[in-house]
Amino acid sequence: MKIGVLIKQVPDTATNIKIAANGAGIDPTGIKYVVSPYDEIAIEEGLKTKEKVGGEVVVVSLGPVRCVEAIRTGLAMGADKGIHIDDAGVVVDSYLTARILASVLEKENFDILFVGKQAADNDCAQVGPMVAEFLGWPQVTVVEKIELNEARSGAVVARRVGGGAKEIYDVSLPAVIAVEKGLNNPRYASLPGIMKAKSKPLTTLKAADLVGGEKARVEVTHYRLPPERPEGRILKGEAEQVVPELVRLLREEAKVI
Amino acid sequence: MGNVLILTEHQNGHLKKVSFELASKASELASHMGGEVQAVVIGSHVAGVSDLGKYGVKKIFTLFEASLEKYNTENYAAILSHIIQEHRPDIVLAVAGPMGKDLLPRVAARLKTGLMTDCTDLKMEGGKLVATRPIYAGKAFVDVKIPESTPQMATIRPNSFPIHERGGGAQVIPVVIQLGETRARMKEVVQGAHQGVDLTEAEVVVAGGRSLKSAENFKLLEELANVLGGAVGASRAAVDSGYVSHDIQVGQTGKTVNPKLYIACGISGAIQHLAGMRTSKVIVAINKDPEAPIFKKADYGIVEDLFRVVPLLTKELKKVLAE
Repeated sequence: MKIGVLIKQVPDTATNIKIAANGAGIDPTGIKYVVSPYDEIAIEEGLKTKEKVGGEVVVVSLGPVRCVEAIRTGLAMGADKGIHIDDAGVVVDSYLTARILASVLEKENFDILFVGKQAADNDCAQVGPMVAEFLGWPQVTVVEKIELNEARSGAVVARRVGGGAKEIYDVSLPAVIAVEKGLNNPRYASLPGIMKAKSKPLTTLKAADLVGGEKARVEVTHYRLPPERPEGRILKGEAEQVVPELVRLLREEAKVI
Repeated sequence: MGNVLILTEHQNGHLKKVSFELASKASELASHMGGEVQAVVIGSHVAGVSDLGKYGVKKIFTLFEASLEKYNTENYAAILSHIIQEHRPDIVLAVAGPMGKDLLPRVAARLKTGLMTDCTDLKMEGGKLVATRPIYAGKAFVDVKIPESTPQMATIRPNSFPIHERGGGAQVIPVVIQLGETRARMKEVVQGAHQGVDLTEAEVVVAGGRSLKSAENFKLLEELANVLGGAVGASRAAVDSGYVSHDIQVGQTGKTVNPKLYIACGISGAIQHLAGMRTSKVIVAINKDPEAPIFKKADYGIVEDLFRVVPLLTKELKKVLAE
């Protein structure tokens, strides 16, 4: 099978986000960038699929030059090839990202595409379904289990919904599968893997050559930090006294129960 | 012109409360533009759809068919796109839940327009919808808009807007669309071990951390959540320790919650966790470590062992709420 994995490089989730002085973005100073956690799961599922049925795994990422590191991480984990779409000079949103990705993906003839359910930076959760729409493929999102059929023409997929429930789908391939935590535990890149990754093929394309007159639909006008919560108060005393006081405050002061 | 279309959600044949939240906010936006609110209800059978009229909806487009009992991306996308192309609303709003997050990007791509996901506030500015949405799971916020393409589409986080009754009635308009074969078909829904209120829609969340020490002890939190009609959540530490499943993890790489009341029990307050619950209206922290960062975010804190406080709190609430 030809397996595609869409990844994004994002700030490590331990990052304390700060806003740039001009308010037009986040301050990148000191940020450590990593493969978005859900996309790591997508890479792992691509590799597991290849191990089971054979084929190749291609990691695709749109972003600045630094996201070549993220692609190399995927290659070090075991992917075969990388495609980097350099976004220099192009302002992208989910729509334009999906549009550009789709224009590259449609030439690759993938049998299945794995993507994280959302990127752990902008949390939009749009690129997977939008790519599916642009390619004319079905999609299943928030997937925590996938089982390919014998003929590799389809899969049974479990999608996580609210309240701990799961929806079970029959999906025919090719399809976009947006993955959720719990699907697998991503492997670490081994040292030999890291060495090998350096010589694996990596194609670089330019987003500017692929926009085809399209532009972003959503514009970000303002970045800010959430308002600081006002200083709270510690209720002091024995639990037997403090608990009724808390209940009283929740009813009479906060009015939430 | 200036109309706002909402995609409603329902469960067990009844509209969900979040549908009325959408209708209420949509009415406010439509009145700024001199337009009306229109609603879409898709399913097999939903009772009381005309209730939407009370919250300002004027037209209700319904499509009820046995085959639509279960959600299906391709069919639902075809229906919603069809209705939007037919009625040309300026704004389309849906719920940022399992369905809206799956469906709306697909529809936006089809209509070649933009989508603003998981918004916590909406306002009209210069005739355009300006949405506020969290990024980095709530560590920062952005204002976003869709300056050129239409409709302007947004998904809304549950519990973001109050419900306002305005009175008035709505016209119910059945829609007829030829539906095709689909390539992703839902076969069944498997209910989880802990049924009940969905974490992301819950008005009260009781969450536990590693100090719960076992899966068994999470029952204490369930009892407290039950008294308040709430849901149980957990920190990543509790999930990684195997006490609860990851689908109730609150925080970055987990769920982002927006309840009226968040009770954090034995949670220290890692930056990723705080990101996922900081929009809670009132936060209560119970932790025996007075230095726990969670106390800096809490409205009310109790520095004490959760195993002492939680059972007392459950008992006290039972007593008070029974009065």
